[in-house]
Amino acid sequence: MSFDSNIPPGPLAEKWTRYRGTMNLVAPNNKRRIEIIVVGTGLAGASAAASLGELGYNVKCFTFHDSPRRAHSIAAQGGINAAKNYANDGDSVYRLFYDTIKGGDYRSREANVHRLAEVSRNIIDQAVAQGVPFARDYGGLLDNRSFGGVQVSRTFYARGQTGQQLLLGAYQALSRQISLGSVEMYNRHEMLDLVLVDGKARGIIVRNLLTGELERHAAHCVVLATGGYGNVFYLSTNAMNCNVTAAWRATRRGAYMANPCFTQIHPTCIPQSGDYQSKLTLMSESLRNDGRVWVPKKQEDAKAIREGRKTGNDIPEEDRDYYLERRYPAFGNLVPRDVASRAAKVACDEGLGVAPTGLAVFLDFDDAIMRYGKSKAHSMGLHNPSDAKVRELGEKVVEEKYGNLFEMYEKITGENPYQLPMKIYPAVHYTMGGLWVDYNLETNIPGLFSIGECNFSDHGANRLGASALMQGLADGYFVLPYTIGQFLSNEIRTPKFDPNAQEFLDTEKDTRERLEKMMNVKGGQSVESFHRRLGKIMWDYCGMSRNAEGLKKARTMIQELREEFYKDVFVPGSMNDYNPELEKAHRVADFFELGELMVLDALDRNESCGGHFREEYQTEEGEALRDDEDYTYVSAWEYKGWDEEPVLHKEELVFENVELKTRSYK
Amino acid sequence: MSWLSNFLTSSIGRKVVMSLTGLFLILFLVVHLAGNLQLLYNDGGEKFNLYAKFMTTNPLIKTVSYLLYAFFLIHAIQGWLLWSKNRKARGSQGYAVKSTRTVGTNSFAASNMGWLGTIIFIFLAIHMYQFWLQMKLGNLPMANYDGHEVKDLYAIVAVAYENLGFVIFYVVSMAVVAFHLLHGFQSAFQTLGLNHKKYTPFIKGLGKAYSILVPLGFAIIPVYMYFFH
Amino acid sequence: MKLTLKIWRQKGPKEKGRFESYQVEANPHMSFLEMLDVLNEELIAKKEEPVTFEHDCREGICGTCSLVINGQPHGPNRGTATCQLHMRHYKDGDIIVIEPYRASAFPVLKDLAVDRSAFDRIMQAGGYISVSTGAPQDGNAIPIEKDQASEAFDAAACIGCGACVAACPNASAMLFVSAKVSHLALLPQGQVEASRRAQAMVRQMDEEGFGMCSNITACEAECPKEISVTNIARLNREYLSSSIKSQIKV
Repeated sequence: MSFDSNIPPGPLAEKWTRYRGTMNLVAPNNKRRIEIIVVGTGLAGASAAASLGELGYNVKCFTFHDSPRRAHSIAAQGGINAAKNYANDGDSVYRLFYDTIKGGDYRSREANVHRLAEVSRNIIDQAVAQGVPFARDYGGLLDNRSFGGVQVSRTFYARGQTGQQLLLGAYQALSRQISLGSVEMYNRHEMLDLVLVDGKARGIIVRNLLTGELERHAAHCVVLATGGYGNVFYLSTNAMNCNVTAAWRATRRGAYMANPCFTQIHPTCIPQSGDYQSKLTLMSESLRNDGRVWVPKKQEDAKAIREGRKTGNDIPEEDRDYYLERRYPAFGNLVPRDVASRAAKVACDEGLGVAPTGLAVFLDFDDAIMRYGKSKAHSMGLHNPSDAKVRELGEKVVEEKYGNLFEMYEKITGENPYQLPMKIYPAVHYTMGGLWVDYNLETNIPGLFSIGECNFSDHGANRLGASALMQGLADGYFVLPYTIGQFLSNEIRTPKFDPNAQEFLDTEKDTRERLEKMMNVKGGQSVESFHRRLGKIMWDYCGMSRNAEGLKKARTMIQELREEFYKDVFVPGSMNDYNPELEKAHRVADFFELGELMVLDALDRNESCGGHFREEYQTEEGEALRDDEDYTYVSAWEYKGWDEEPVLHKEELVFENVELKTRSYK
Repeated sequence: MSWLSNFLTSSIGRKVVMSLTGLFLILFLVVHLAGNLQLLYNDGGEKFNLYAKFMTTNPLIKTVSYLLYAFFLIHAIQGWLLWSKNRKARGSQGYAVKSTRTVGTNSFAASNMGWLGTIIFIFLAIHMYQFWLQMKLGNLPMANYDGHEVKDLYAIVAVAYENLGFVIFYVVSMAVVAFHLLHGFQSAFQTLGLNHKKYTPFIKGLGKAYSILVPLGFAIIPVYMYFFH
Repeated sequence: MKLTLKIWRQKGPKEKGRFESYQVEANPHMSFLEMLDVLNEELIAKKEEPVTFEHDCREGICGTCSLVINGQPHGPNRGTATCQLHMRHYKDGDIIVIEPYRASAFPVLKDLAVDRSAFDRIMQAGGYISVSTGAPQDGNAIPIEKDQASEAFDAAACIGCGACVAACPNASAMLFVSAKVSHLALLPQGQVEASRRAQAMVRQMDEEGFGMCSNITACEAECPKEISVTNIARLNREYLSSSIKSQIKV
């Protein structure tokens, strides 16, 4: 199996253009003979399937949803970055490249990231042509906003529903190809295994979720666009059905899983309210532009708030700790996601949390309301307005800016955030890690490609806001359709594969046995309860901060839990039926194995970088301490099963254009 | 003309037919009311009878009246067709709990157009038999106005409205017509695609006024005649 | 709080369904779906089959969740999907009737889950702009009036959940179809094939067996994204004018 990043030669800014100009092509008459399987219909999958269909390939596209439009890309709120420099504020491809590399704490590939920044501009044009209703200014031109602590305005947005609109654009392009017959769509089909023929990816085993039937599908190559694995933590902002199964099954067949421990924890989510909860809701990062984060200075105050004897408003100014402003005077409440999240955890660990669970900090808009109110009063010519008047005017301004978010908060919590400070807590949001891919987005298994959040390629150890949409669409529209030709140009003489070949039958048998094994345990505990327990282990020991001792303990705990699962899980219903519990069981079973690998990866990486914070490796002020000497590599793990230690392959990262610096927000 | 048949059998085409025929019937109601209000003159029915004669003999009006019968039948038949297709679309298993919330329409009227229409159809059958058929074929007494022999339709109207049962029947029927119009009027415009932020409130206002005033006008006649003639 | 749930149970598309009653202990902070999760955990503990209902993002945007709760698709609150509905809107002792969407074009698959693939087929008939991936003109090449773009967005906000069909006494899909037709017709990029799109989508909608719109507006009232029926008028207009103006005979 190859393990070469295949980065083309030449100066950084010209690599992609030159490579594109010299890569192998597949002639139109040959494309008609070639079949491609695309799994997943989020931004990456839908855009890839549509684009490949347009090129003339025969595409089979799979989703476990009832429609391609449901993929979780749809929930992205903020926006999509593109180096258009419409705002004339000095943005450029290089600057977007640099911000992404730095934001990722220097753990991503220069060449991939530069290509991403280059094609970012085409994405906006493409989306506009498809009819994505981006926000516009009064001149009718596209509007931009700044995002996630970057110094330029390069984020394009469609209200708070950018992901939805971009996904619908891709879904519409996909629908068009389905109607033209170039894409065959399989809804409610979940990929449960990958079929290799002579070491190359040639097909998949899927389960028809309505009938329970296993199906074998063959093709010349397989593209996985199956998203991230944040649900290994049970509670995350991911959709309930997001899972790692497709990627994990590929790992089980020899694909390398890269940097699995790099998880992004988003600082502004609505805190958990009870044990029954299965999903967390994100509040846009933009709230930190005006909200001030604080906890009470005294533990007894925090306790009183937790017990409902006091509210945030009862704590006088001098008893409040605006800890982000105190610790990071230069960036204050606008520090990057990883830093803000960790600081919230520290405060809550000290017993200063303000929700009944002890896990929440305040995000207070009182100052913003009064500040905006005063300024508004001034502009209206009101001198000496009463406090009540100022507040009333200020609330209106805040409502204009964040009204929909405040409404969403109130819908969920039942508290009015204009009167009481919001309570927020970090939550798992995105996974930077994923299947290892080379410059062509091909995994180490020939013919197996991975795009979007499913791969590891562009975000290093921390992703910047509004970059996930960019990467998904870049991969699907503008990278994969080219690079897949590098593989397929050598396959034009390969006849279609027979799904009844022995390799397919064997893999189907494996899959069936796995499912039967779970069905036959007939134990006493629900799948959900196992998932919840796994999530807690992952969150406690491999979450916002990690240490070697905890990680080792976690590994044992996960192994024990996995064993217990196979002894005592109860999966109701039958295998040959619409059975959501069985779907969950298979996903959770894969999460056990992934979780263990994440822990192992976190244990290997003796440094703190981006979303990976090892308590042993921090500065005296408690900041992340990177070790560029020993850890400037991508960890690509080869997983061989329960009984064997996974093997670590290291891809050294070479930085020729960027100087490695410590991120400081002090 | 396959485009036309395609259009007329499409869901929107069918609705457009309902809308256009409905609007024609709405116009007709005004003319009909204007004529009927002649009954309120205390002239022994002279004005009304002359009007009735004019309406049944003028060649132009006669032509239009055939259109009216056609449109009425199309409206009714198409309405039933839509009703049955819609019931089929909803399926055999209904909701155990029923609740129809609406925005800017009368929920009762909007969701019962089929029933309301059917009642109106029955009303019209009786109404036409009672007056229209008599005028056309029946042996009406004749009235003489300045040497003109005219069928005395007024006479049978006056007799009919001495019967309290008929008066109540007409008034209740007019209430049904009012509800049918309350939804039908503005719905006709919406179906034709005439919806505009600025003008739709006016159309809706006009529709409301129309669907109250016109049936009210019709209903006043039997009541007035019962009590005052 | 203690609640009585009357839930439609149906083993499969061809089987007969019936209501079953369940008692469940909920707390006011739970979301409606979390309350159903609790019920399912209890059923599993009793080795019974849990209630099948569809859901995914649980933040009101993916359109997977459905349910008709006491006669109302997505429950009692305006502009709220089932997954955003919280139990604080109910009180101890309430009886809640939970049914699947009822429409011939949305057959029940199991319990509360229905097949909404008809929507996909309508989209495939023409719910797109025929532009292939490539190098179209610059995003700023066609200015679009802010209000117009915003109106297009309002229509594009549809999440394809099917509540409009479920709410409509006629089971009409006009709000869904009109939202897509409006979204694209309001943008200059989409104008080019607006005529063909309106024709094709309406034809497919009719073939799927949806009912006909009689402007009841229950769809808008129950739409979790509060999409307006003015879009339906626009679709009528587009369809009518394309039928009359089109040079194509068929």
